[in-house]
Amino acid sequence: MNEAIVFRRIGAFLSHAVLSLSVVIAGFPIVVVLINSFKTRRAIFEAPLRFPRGDTLSVEGFQTVFQRSNFPGYYLNSVTVTIVAIGMVLLLGAMAAWALSEYRFRANRYLGLYLAIGIMIPIRIGTVAILRLMVALGLVNTLFALILVYTAQGLPLTIFIMQQFMSQVPRAMKDAGRIDGASEYRIFLLILPMVRPALATVAVFTMIPIWNDLWFPLILAPSEATKTVILGAQEFLGQFVSDWNSVLSSLSLAIVPVLVLYLLFSRQLVEGLTAGSLKQ
Amino acid sequence: MQNRGLRSHVVVFLAPACVIYTLFLIYPLVASLGLSLMAETPEGGLTFVGLKNLTRLLTDTRWSSGFWNALGNNALFFAFHLLIQNPVGLLLASLLTSGQLRGRSAYRTVLFLPTMLSVVIVGFVWQLLLSPIWGVAEGFLNAIGQGDRFLPWLGLQQTALATLSLISVWQFYGIPMMLFYVALIGIPHELTESARVDGAGQWRVFWRIKFPLILPVLGVITVLTFVGNFNAFDLIYTTQGVLAGPDFSTDILGTYFFRTFFGHQLQLGNPTMGATVATMMFVIILSGVLIYMGTWRRRVQTYEL
Repeated sequence: MNEAIVFRRIGAFLSHAVLSLSVVIAGFPIVVVLINSFKTRRAIFEAPLRFPRGDTLSVEGFQTVFQRSNFPGYYLNSVTVTIVAIGMVLLLGAMAAWALSEYRFRANRYLGLYLAIGIMIPIRIGTVAILRLMVALGLVNTLFALILVYTAQGLPLTIFIMQQFMSQVPRAMKDAGRIDGASEYRIFLLILPMVRPALATVAVFTMIPIWNDLWFPLILAPSEATKTVILGAQEFLGQFVSDWNSVLSSLSLAIVPVLVLYLLFSRQLVEGLTAGSLKQ
Repeated sequence: MQNRGLRSHVVVFLAPACVIYTLFLIYPLVASLGLSLMAETPEGGLTFVGLKNLTRLLTDTRWSSGFWNALGNNALFFAFHLLIQNPVGLLLASLLTSGQLRGRSAYRTVLFLPTMLSVVIVGFVWQLLLSPIWGVAEGFLNAIGQGDRFLPWLGLQQTALATLSLISVWQFYGIPMMLFYVALIGIPHELTESARVDGAGQWRVFWRIKFPLILPVLGVITVLTFVGNFNAFDLIYTTQGVLAGPDFSTDILGTYFFRTFFGHQLQLGNPTMGATVATMMFVIILSGVLIYMGTWRRRVQTYEL
């Protein structure tokens, strides 16, 4: 018995050792960039691993970034594109998922399969034709082009997941509305709040690739007025390679919002993931 | 419901999603495949050339050397992920789910953090850390007495691709970790408890009971990694530039596609050849997905839990 306890203690110790080491490896690069973005140029090079202190504290990098580039504008573009695209993905995805899970019609199964193609085949493959299409529609260098592409990209997985959740809503709930004479649209709106947790999870997983994308902003909307944060940072970083203060500051500016949102919502994210897959 | 025929509300619910999906995902896919069978005429129109572009891409050395180089590099890139990312993910997930671990959710939160960041940002962060000018990596090696092992890994032809693969693994091990984690906590206690009562140790319980139960997840992770890797672009473009240096040693299909389509300092862009590269990427990704569906999913038993 004693032996078992000793083994368990050793096991727990080893687990913590490996996990702590992993935490250091995962967090170290991010922490180094964040602390150095608040330091003087000299301090960045002399002691990269020290936290900024009285005489080494400096925000000159951030000043350069805000003078030389339009970061607030880039943020606004990213936020607009991400929020509108997610809104469309959730609304249109939920509607389609509802129709596929609720109504029996001849093409139901084939339509489900057709809509699932986009889960596995990345939309980037169609880039040449997307660009031609956007040129023809006069949408190049507009945020709308990005919104349309990201909506199309987000829909397949959303429809697939929401279908499973919609079909779990108890029959009685749906039919109660029908007996009262509610229209099918009204019933859909009554059901929607019941799948809210699923919608939240889908929203997070749709949001990350949209916010972080470089490919489509680079190809469809590279103009100064439509740049997203990631493209803006990418180009700024390319131009100011040798200005270490600004480079580190612009990286921090790109990291911090994601970091804050993630820390606020990480619990829901994991719970959503867990619940979603357990219900499959 | 026993609704027959297509009622108007069904159309209203389905039409918006179907239209956007068809117009901006399916149509571009099909049109790109079609464009790969075309060539631009000097007047700017398009003319049908059949499989000529494809044979040029695969056999004409002006194109094929670049293509096969990118494909080989991409395969290596994928191999790194498969052999490092998945075992690391599995190890961390099994530690996170073992016994009464204190601080589980704090560990989980930090460990998943890199996955949330943009590839562009991660690429730059590592470029700075590994830079000989800043010397953070060199300083670290000095501190553990290995200072003479430092090399500008991202700038050397022999090490650049491996370094980039490891950076990408650093960013994305969170995905297999989470998926394994979710699968592991889904295993009912009774299954592992009865084995333990019979005297099986942790190690045995893991490999004999838990591992077979999470095999389906390993398949899903592998196919996700495959699709992601053969579609990657941002990391190489950000750290190595559009020419995927040094001397194309980090060129993968995504960067090769971009260069072929848009051109670069040494060459004009060619949309139809770009579409041909995209078609090959499509064929590769589709084969991967079909192989997964045909073999792994069929052979590996999914246990109802």
